[in-house]
Amino acid sequence: MQWETVIGLEIHTQLATQSKIFSGAATRFGAAPNTQACAIDLGLPGVLPVLNQEAVRLAVRFGKAIGATIAPRSVFARKNYFYPDLPKGYQISQYELPIVGEGWVEIVLDDGTLKSVGVTRAHLEEDAGKSLHDASLRGGGYTGIDLNRAGTPLLEIVSEPDLRSAQEAVAYARKIHQLVRWIGISDGNMQEGSFRVDANVSVRPLGQTTFGTRAEIKNINSFRFLERAIQFEVERQIDVLESGGTVVQETRLYDAERDETRSMRSKEEANDYRYFPDPDLLPVELDVAFIVDAVADLPELPDSLRERFHVQYGLTEYDASQLSMTRELAQYFEAVAQASGEPKLAANWVSGELSAALNRSELEITESPVSAAMLAGLIHRIQDGTISGKLAKQVFEAMWHGEGDADSIIMDRGLRQITDSSALEAIIDGIITANPEQVEQYRAGKEKVLGFFVGQTMKASQGKANPQEVNRLLLEKLAPR
Amino acid sequence: MQNKSIAQMAAELRLRTYSSVELTQHYLERIARLDPRLNSFISVARESALAAAARADQAIARGVAGPLAGIPIAHKDIFCTKGLKTSCGSRMLDNFVAPYDATVVERLAAAGAIVLGKTNMDEFAMGSSNETSFYGPVKNPWDAARVPGGSSGGSAAAVAARLCAAATGTDTGGSIRQPAALCGITGLKPTYGRCSRWGMIAFASSLDQAGVLARSAADAACLLDEMAGFDPRDSTSADVEVPDYVDALDDEIAGLRIGLPKEYFGAGLDDRVAASVQDAIKEYERLGATVQEISLPNSPLSVPVYYVVAPAECSSNLARFDGVRYGHRCAEPRDLEDLYQRSRAEGFGTEVQRRIMIGTYVLSAGYYDAYYLKAQRIRQLIAGDFARAFEQVDVIMGPTTPTTAFPLGAKTDDPVAMYLNDIYTIATNLAGLPGISIPIAPVAGLPVGLQIIGNAFQEARLLNVAHRYQHVTHWHQQAPTGFE
Repeated sequence: MQWETVIGLEIHTQLATQSKIFSGAATRFGAAPNTQACAIDLGLPGVLPVLNQEAVRLAVRFGKAIGATIAPRSVFARKNYFYPDLPKGYQISQYELPIVGEGWVEIVLDDGTLKSVGVTRAHLEEDAGKSLHDASLRGGGYTGIDLNRAGTPLLEIVSEPDLRSAQEAVAYARKIHQLVRWIGISDGNMQEGSFRVDANVSVRPLGQTTFGTRAEIKNINSFRFLERAIQFEVERQIDVLESGGTVVQETRLYDAERDETRSMRSKEEANDYRYFPDPDLLPVELDVAFIVDAVADLPELPDSLRERFHVQYGLTEYDASQLSMTRELAQYFEAVAQASGEPKLAANWVSGELSAALNRSELEITESPVSAAMLAGLIHRIQDGTISGKLAKQVFEAMWHGEGDADSIIMDRGLRQITDSSALEAIIDGIITANPEQVEQYRAGKEKVLGFFVGQTMKASQGKANPQEVNRLLLEKLAPR
Repeated sequence: MQNKSIAQMAAELRLRTYSSVELTQHYLERIARLDPRLNSFISVARESALAAAARADQAIARGVAGPLAGIPIAHKDIFCTKGLKTSCGSRMLDNFVAPYDATVVERLAAAGAIVLGKTNMDEFAMGSSNETSFYGPVKNPWDAARVPGGSSGGSAAAVAARLCAAATGTDTGGSIRQPAALCGITGLKPTYGRCSRWGMIAFASSLDQAGVLARSAADAACLLDEMAGFDPRDSTSADVEVPDYVDALDDEIAGLRIGLPKEYFGAGLDDRVAASVQDAIKEYERLGATVQEISLPNSPLSVPVYYVVAPAECSSNLARFDGVRYGHRCAEPRDLEDLYQRSRAEGFGTEVQRRIMIGTYVLSAGYYDAYYLKAQRIRQLIAGDFARAFEQVDVIMGPTTPTTAFPLGAKTDDPVAMYLNDIYTIATNLAGLPGISIPIAPVAGLPVGLQIIGNAFQEARLLNVAHRYQHVTHWHQQAPTGFE
């Protein structure tokens, strides 16, 4: 039987606020356990939450970026369940009335086509703390609790079940990841847990319109694991169904070491969260001025930028999408393109030499030792024939190592191309005289020997000879008399 | 000494007739001597009270004293007090010392008030008789065989017995007004949001409100002046201007329109209590007020609605008491489940457990709409009743409770009978309105309370209306035998 995969993702992204969503404690990562948890985060008796306006502003920016309606009135609700790292015995979240309504994003599929993926909603909530299951703690038998993360603002972004493969799911997750960083609402740091994905996965016979029973894979923190977890889960479900079994609705965990998903709890064991509106918090009522202000400085979004790169600079869809991966990269590229007036060369250099160098040194584009202006300067010199493309790589290396800008490096190293015909002629004449045998061969019709002469000329000129000029002169001088 | 008004004490402290240390010692001596009969205090803060009194005396001497400088008061043990145990009447918090002060505590301290100690209460404010306290029942100073009411029973008994000048309380369904009525004192529950809930241990967040128990409306006004006001730490506190409550006490009340809800005078109301209330209304007519019958048609639904909404919120509010971070933890837990179950089973008393279970049930999938959502809709109807009534009248009057104080143990086996004691007070909490109970003519030697309900943020009017009655009557000055 032919099976169709149906996937929806729930993405938790940490909002980049200074303080927590309902308290004044800092949200900085990596502090010593429980040093960033105040009375409110600890859920002490008598404490009350006060909403952090910045978290609301960031959620509004996300809503606008996915073309969603921003709810003029949203409501915080309590999600009740017991867990040691959940200090109040409930998580403050949004349930019936989320702040961000329906929206959509576009993803680029492997074959280059675009697909629109629906976002059902996005809502604000607080994160829980962290349980440290460390067998050595106090001699064993104890679990440590770190509440530094408790109360950290999260935006939970829920997609429609629009995704049809693990690859599409990854493309969508990457898209959201790109977007939240792009608009500055999250650092998207997956190692630090700032971006976590839950995947709802089901399969159904191709052509069937109703959904199959789904399993939810929780807390996946890398795109690679997301792809593998979904692939494993899809195969597992198909195996179950094809051997006559039924898929049970349950929560599963992905074990990266064994590359498999495992059952965590079934629907029967699932919590009844007993949601109800939190009486400690008023409904969030947003006026137009707040929304306008929140989105006033939204940058040009990646989709529109990608399209513009394609149209305005004539880049391929692929290059355009690569160069609009992050806002910083796009800004860098555009600065090089405009300063050099050579967008295609700029694209090649930014996604080629520069990206490779950055990767090797594990640097971000913003940390590049070669500025956009410097790279544009190099492109100028390629363009006006001062240096060859090959020597340009040498110049780039030197710039990377802080030897100055392209012009001074070309000057210091004497890399300027020899375009002066008389100087080149002297070199070529010398080579022709020294290699009568090869001249004979060439004149006898063995045209491949031309390459030998080009090579010798370039070598003699230490690579500085203008290749076009060398070609022209050799053809002229080697022509049968 | 202990029968003087707060205004008089404050004036005499300023005149150095006596010092705050002397006044504080006087109350501490009374507590030590008389409270064993009542059990109204859970903890007495002798050292810190005397130290604060000495500081108040210095402030008075330097002329920088706050309005309540040197006045000894008590806090219901539901308000967090830094460095002083805050038990909420529960074994669960028998070991809990808050690292911070509640806003109400902080503001009264800033005004110079001295904290004598923390008063007994029904466990987590759940009860109408003070019999659910882990620290044992409080006895009514008028008859030690009877309850003081609850949940602010300790505060009410302590004020009635003159063990403190005044006390704070909280009122979720009548927990200030009902014990005030049964102990013969004045109890004010302000509008929801008038006083900050920060640091006040939550029972039912949408209903809880801090207020005052005092010997007179004038004394209550002195405290409310300091307690009321917006607090950025409580999102539900009201950013509404606070008038000067003392200033408004003597305002004219001729022409006051009083509404008597017919639903508050029906079956279940003790005839003698009804007669006392009618007498008090006549006194108001003599003061120039006019009286008309009104109807609050949905008020019979207030008790059932309350016993859905309040338990629902409490089931969630009390989830934090899990034995993990603070509070009672069972010995030798086998695993996490066992830790939760035994810590909570041991830490919470029967009534608290009953309400947590009711609340958990009404919020459960499949029952939420039928109970919680429906209750919230009826709550709107009840608020609507009051809104319509206040188009016709300025204040609403009626009995605070259907009977006088009942004997200890009389209703402990019948929760519903206990719940019905709050039949006249609950609706105002559901509507978020202010209410005050003042002592009127007693019945068979036991106090009776007149409840006066006002529109939102009309505390000044309520205190004024109560004060004018107390100006021409003496019921509020009567002290229980043995506590004069």
